[in-house]
Amino acid sequence: MAAVQPAPAHSRQFLSGNEAVARAAWDAGVRVAAAYPGTPSTEILEVLARFPDLYTEWSVNEKVSLEVALGASMVGARALCAMKHVGLNVASDALMTLTVTGVEGGLVIVVADDVGMSSSQNEQDSRFWGRFAHLPVFEPADSQEAYTLTRAAFAVSEQFRTAVIVRLTTRICHVKGAVTAGDREVVEPTGFEKDPPRWVMVPGHAKPRLPLMFDREAALREAAEASEFNVLEPGKDMGVGFVTSGPAGMHVLEAFPDAPVLRLGFSYPPPLERIRALAAQVDRLVVVEETEPLLETELKAVGIDCHGKDILPRLGELPPNILTPAIDRLLRGEAPVEVERPAPQPVFPRPPTLCVACPHLGVYYTLSQLRNVIISGDIGCYTLGAGHPWNALDTCISMGASMGMALGMDKGRGAKDANKKIVAVIGDSTFMHMGMQGLLDITWNRGNVTILLLDNRTVGMTGGQDNPASGRDIHGQEAPRVDFVQLCEALGVRRERIRKLDPYELPTLFKALREETKIDEPSVIITDRPCVLIGEYKPTQAYKVIDDTCTGCGNCLDVGCPAIHVTRRGQETKPSGKVVDLAFVRIDTAACTGCGLCVQPCAPEAIVHAQRLQPLSFIRQPGSTA
Amino acid sequence: MSMSITNILVCGIGGQGVMTATEILAEAALSLGFDVKKTEVAGMSQRGGVVTSHLRFGPRVLSPQIAPGDADLLVGFEAAETLRWVHMLRPGAEVLTNIGRIVPPVVNSGRYDYPDDPVAQMTALGLTVHAFDATAIALELGEIRLGNTVMLGAMAARLPFPDDVLEQAVLARFAKRKPQLLELNREAFARGRAAVAVAGATAG
Repeated sequence: MAAVQPAPAHSRQFLSGNEAVARAAWDAGVRVAAAYPGTPSTEILEVLARFPDLYTEWSVNEKVSLEVALGASMVGARALCAMKHVGLNVASDALMTLTVTGVEGGLVIVVADDVGMSSSQNEQDSRFWGRFAHLPVFEPADSQEAYTLTRAAFAVSEQFRTAVIVRLTTRICHVKGAVTAGDREVVEPTGFEKDPPRWVMVPGHAKPRLPLMFDREAALREAAEASEFNVLEPGKDMGVGFVTSGPAGMHVLEAFPDAPVLRLGFSYPPPLERIRALAAQVDRLVVVEETEPLLETELKAVGIDCHGKDILPRLGELPPNILTPAIDRLLRGEAPVEVERPAPQPVFPRPPTLCVACPHLGVYYTLSQLRNVIISGDIGCYTLGAGHPWNALDTCISMGASMGMALGMDKGRGAKDANKKIVAVIGDSTFMHMGMQGLLDITWNRGNVTILLLDNRTVGMTGGQDNPASGRDIHGQEAPRVDFVQLCEALGVRRERIRKLDPYELPTLFKALREETKIDEPSVIITDRPCVLIGEYKPTQAYKVIDDTCTGCGNCLDVGCPAIHVTRRGQETKPSGKVVDLAFVRIDTAACTGCGLCVQPCAPEAIVHAQRLQPLSFIRQPGSTA
Repeated sequence: MSMSITNILVCGIGGQGVMTATEILAEAALSLGFDVKKTEVAGMSQRGGVVTSHLRFGPRVLSPQIAPGDADLLVGFEAAETLRWVHMLRPGAEVLTNIGRIVPPVVNSGRYDYPDDPVAQMTALGLTVHAFDATAIALELGEIRLGNTVMLGAMAARLPFPDDVLEQAVLARFAKRKPQLLELNREAFARGRAAVAVAGATAG
């Protein structure tokens, strides 16, 4: 991927919040930027990687990305790391002590909360980390503020020698708006100063630094009171005033144009005196925050009377259509008149599916044929294996958790589960992110787990980013490629118990799973075929169904490929008197890429190669992000 | 909500070009000096899920989200998806929809039914519906990915833009990124525009 020259300074650009953060980091003279991909934060590093004159990387996990950024800061360079909300849980070990050392070069941690949960396993409020780690928190309300506040975060970071958390939400990351960028700074690294009492955090060094952390927090509180990023939007109706932060601020302005609104861009430490001054001017003060009642609790603790989660939802976003009725009820004590609109029409759900010809289809088809298994799952596209028609994934908690949970199931099971086989399913990226240690724990502690390592050579769910299994770096340049067979062997799995095979060969996969689950020791089955959305995947000739030969058995539907469609249904009475449902099918030849999975379970051999009639379907195309 | 803001909701499924089409609409609005915000909900959309894109433009746009009952125009790239979002429209608003269908595995497996006639259902709600087969036009032109340009052509006459502004935005994008597809996109745009002119509207 060749570097691009960013648009000129002072031009009006149409940028997402993620793009604006990337541009701000570049303009701030960031020298090192690191991230692990995660929705909704992924595009920050994707955009930065295309800019010239800085180092960018995909790290193997968020903790490493934060440590890379911290190291850069220690040598006096400006650094940024970006992650989704759950990523900061992983990185928090570094976070909780870097707040004690402080930083040298400006260090900005961008964390993107998935408010509304479009693509995550939970909804959590990363503003807590600011309180927990005594770090300042900035919260932009749109793309322009994402730019302005990220730049300001570097200045505050260096002024107070602290990392700064920039908290985004999905509604910042993936909203585009007009942005005017400023001039680029050139910042030279100041150099590493050996200073063990500052950088070597042993108790004797850390203890005297703790009071400095609290002094810093007090100074930041003063800065927040004076900050230009805490803006009072005046209003003439003093019946209700608002304190708010993040995208909720724009919703409040939209819904209540006549009310005074204090929008906090520099939201932690909160400017309590400014909030107190507003509270004194209005009849009622309402705190509008996504998602937890953090500020509300802090205001109540210092005696500022306010409403918040007593009248607003605790979960999800707070757009105008949620805010307006809640405030109406507060002020007038009655439910407002609903906006007149067409009645919602019930339509079938359209859950995400695995792609046409996805190599995971072979894995889940095979797993769905096994009985008496507990399948410990993990995070990635393959989490979809929990759904129809496979129903072949039993747990999903956090990155890499399939390993430890499988071991715990093995060690904890009683008579009820004694005959069950325990299988763990994990993708290449998730394995390298946080799964390897779990495997080491399994081998060291002699667990009886069969591990399916689904190596599709990419971070699939977030749109196909490179990782150590792809053999390419963030720029698409050739890089050392991890050898999973050697890695698993080094982690203690016996070489004979490691198999690498093709997930499109169903009988081979089935046989391997049957054999390995019978053996009383850890084994690893590596499925080795690329994601269909990356360049390495080579489509072949499409298949079609011979109508007259199809018996309607429906076996092919168990594969779960979205290119197979039912044309008609029927019923048949077997000689035994049993009535079975029939489903006759066709294959969308424009979508089919010839993986051949559906051919294998087809009893009457009704699926044959078709001459390709149309170009590849638009349904799957690389490059877009989940 | 301010009357001077235009709210357009574009919907479909992942991979159909919903986001790209809305991006081009946004570029056209920006070129006219409007303030513009565009937001998507596309959770895992690459895996065949639902995609909606909200576009708001006017003198100054605050919230990026269109509230239910506030959309001025609903543009659907897939018939059942259009039906899914009708409650977002203000009463009497217009709908522009592809009648092409993309049937998901949950329908194929027999667990849910595809609506018999999404267009008739929308018309029965009192909406003005412009329905045509954008998928068929794209396939006739030999490239199903032209579907979003066909849809943009169909939108051209329903926007508060001077004539040709949207077409210029489409062509400018392809001139820059895929010049070899410029002429094909010009034709797709014209075919989409003509299709709704011929089809007219079915009003309830």
